[in-house]
Amino acid sequence: MNTNTLRKTALNSTCRKYGGRMVDFHGWELPIQFEGITKEHNAVRTGAGIFDVSHMGQIFVSGPDAAAFLDYINANDVKKLENNQGCYSHLPNGRRGIVDDVINFCLDKKSNRYLVIVNATTTLKDYEWMLENSKGFNVKIENKSGDYSMVAIQGPKTISIMKKFEPAILKFGRFSIVESSFNGEKIFVSRTGYTGEDGFEVAAPHKVINEIWEKFFELGKPEGLIPCGLGARDTLRLESGYLLYGNDIDDEHTTYEANYGWVVKLKKDKFIGKEIYEKQKAEGLKIRLIGLVTETGIPREGCKVFYQGKLTGTLQSATFSPTLKKGIGVGYFDMPQLKPGDSLEVEIRGKNIKATVHDLPFYKGGAFGKVYTEN
Amino acid sequence: MKPEELKYTKTHEWIKIDGDVATVGVSDHAQHEMGDIVFVDLPKVGAKLEKGKQACVVESVKSAFDIYSPVSGEVSEVNNKLSEDPALLNQSPIDNGWIYKMKVSNADVSDLMDFKAYQEFIKTEVH
Repeated sequence: MNTNTLRKTALNSTCRKYGGRMVDFHGWELPIQFEGITKEHNAVRTGAGIFDVSHMGQIFVSGPDAAAFLDYINANDVKKLENNQGCYSHLPNGRRGIVDDVINFCLDKKSNRYLVIVNATTTLKDYEWMLENSKGFNVKIENKSGDYSMVAIQGPKTISIMKKFEPAILKFGRFSIVESSFNGEKIFVSRTGYTGEDGFEVAAPHKVINEIWEKFFELGKPEGLIPCGLGARDTLRLESGYLLYGNDIDDEHTTYEANYGWVVKLKKDKFIGKEIYEKQKAEGLKIRLIGLVTETGIPREGCKVFYQGKLTGTLQSATFSPTLKKGIGVGYFDMPQLKPGDSLEVEIRGKNIKATVHDLPFYKGGAFGKVYTEN
Repeated sequence: MKPEELKYTKTHEWIKIDGDVATVGVSDHAQHEMGDIVFVDLPKVGAKLEKGKQACVVESVKSAFDIYSPVSGEVSEVNNKLSEDPALLNQSPIDNGWIYKMKVSNADVSDLMDFKAYQEFIKTEVH
């Protein structure tokens, strides 16, 4: 590993100070874990955890046609977003795949200001895709990913932390955002995350992110807030059925195949890839992302899956689920009709292990229910 | 058992020889590096293992790790407690978290490291 070429976040030395075990994550040096994946996972499910997610990207879209443009490049309905609202969405690539999965936020509808949070590895690709497809729209597209760091605090006990940090966000439900300030710097606080629990993400200029991290520790001390790494982030998101771009979705799989059909709003006038979605909806699916659990053994990415002795697909993401205490995995299987309870076999190190089709998500945390709001 | 009484491999297994019986596990350093262990795929009693070849697999949340047999022999006993509670391997890698015992014909471990040499070896391996 050549550490010289790794990109470091503004929280790098803070993560080290807190005991983070640093690894190369797609060119970024980030903590895989602090005290241990299981402990961190459980802290988020029952208490509070904090993550450095500074590798994520921030693209600002503004101008008279900002809403119309975002509506055109997204499968989900962005035009209907009001101030402080956001939505999870896919950017269809116009073929049979997805450029990225993103969150669109409406900062101010009247002044046409929007913020799109994108994945780290796809930031530049998304930005170029947006530029390419903005012809005919009066918009300004700015990739500010280099200017912002981001932390996520996640778990049921983060509400009491947020009451003291930025209570304005608690007036809104999931996928909301407020603009705020910290030590004179403008920051963005959203009620989002990648864990399946209620929680918040804060995007802020590099120069205040370490103070924000420390502030969360100060406020989170009574709640048992602990630092969490990428390892727990992955087990939490997979239990929650959240997709990982590059593993579970990519330029070769559609939103329907990924089981995220609710994202696609076919009633919208016109958007990239609409015809492809319509065609696929009419024809039906040939493959579908399906979840499975194993009783013994832990499935991993790339494991082959068999139905009645016949190969049906391979796992895109798989791990040990600390909540279910079982192996879990998702993969594209060529039998979209498979239903929960159906028997499968997974090949793990040359041995065929019994597996069962499982509903997605594997586990519904606090983010899947009604969340606390202040009125 | 004390860690000072054991011999170590470059692949981080420890071995203790007692007559013609050898006990095998992974070092404290190795369990720490692996992280939370959640599954141990134990070898079968009666399995013939070859020195330096895969004996079994230990899995943490994040990934799977091959365990290589430090000597050749036949598995005589496995630590079934690890099936119930794989975390024993993290908590007590030597006393309660041993993995298997084997009958050895040639218990030559002169090529393996003693505790002091192993400590030095770990230092050179640190990334």
